[in-house]
Amino acid sequence: MKFGVITFPGSNCDRDVVYITRDILKRPTHRIWHEDSDLGDVDVVVIPGGFSYGDYLRCGAVAQFSPAMRSAIEFANQGGLVLGICNGFQILTEVGLLPGALMRNRDMRFICDRTPLKVERTDLTWTSNYAKGQVVTIPIAHGEGCYYADADTLKSLEDNQQVVFRYSSPDGVVDESNNPNGSLNNIAGICNKTGNVLGMMPHPERAADAGLGGTDGLSLFESILATALSAV
Amino acid sequence: MTQTYQAQVYVTLRPSVLDPAGTAVRSGLEHMGYDNVDKVRIGKYIEVSLTADSEEAARSQLDRMCDQLLANPVIENYRIELQAMAVV
Repeated sequence: MKFGVITFPGSNCDRDVVYITRDILKRPTHRIWHEDSDLGDVDVVVIPGGFSYGDYLRCGAVAQFSPAMRSAIEFANQGGLVLGICNGFQILTEVGLLPGALMRNRDMRFICDRTPLKVERTDLTWTSNYAKGQVVTIPIAHGEGCYYADADTLKSLEDNQQVVFRYSSPDGVVDESNNPNGSLNNIAGICNKTGNVLGMMPHPERAADAGLGGTDGLSLFESILATALSAV
Repeated sequence: MTQTYQAQVYVTLRPSVLDPAGTAVRSGLEHMGYDNVDKVRIGKYIEVSLTADSEEAARSQLDRMCDQLLANPVIENYRIELQAMAVV
């Protein structure tokens, strides 16, 4: 299982992801510069958090036309595993690999906090090491994380069980008082219909080293490895 | 003949999309004493100068630019105004 992590000008969580996959999980990890259209022989492409191209115009808008991103779209369309975290999630919605859009937080504030998330699906490559309904604590750090989609899109997301993570209380209550940014249906992370593309605002890579206070995010990366092993 | 055009692109939030920034500005106006302001919606204004063979060609290129990059059709609408500049 080989990881590839894209770096755009303005990415700032790329090295954190590389640290998890290369140093903690001991898996080969290839860094991909945004101008590079060759992703290499990777099994998972991670689009990290940050402020790609300064987030000018809209978050993630300019990144979608970079050569690396063009290749990542092709990779995803062929069934390749693509994980977008924070700015990476915003980019995935901009390129249309995931529906909807991420808008300014409801209360206009940049939020940097540890948030409880309810895991809605465990049959995905990304979440097989979690228990269904489990509440995990993973940090968020964003100003534009309010998930929006029109009513039809939202219904189709729910009907197809594409919501993977929701903001909740520590004991799993999903309601408006446990919604940090105003996201519709408390959505923190969604996948595409086939499940090979996951976008999430919370940062699992920031909750993957016991020395940094929490390993709930490590399970996500371990799930990917576990699924790969069971597939062999 | 190639002609230079100046375009003004107005990108606005779709009516169904909430605008917390607009709401914050409306509340600022209210604090200033403008209690008659019903609604404020914030959008973007983008100037693009380009060359094209005809106004139709320029307009169709601008439409594509807006659909693909300048606006996000999921949350935004756009309107384009276009003028031909003097030939140089």
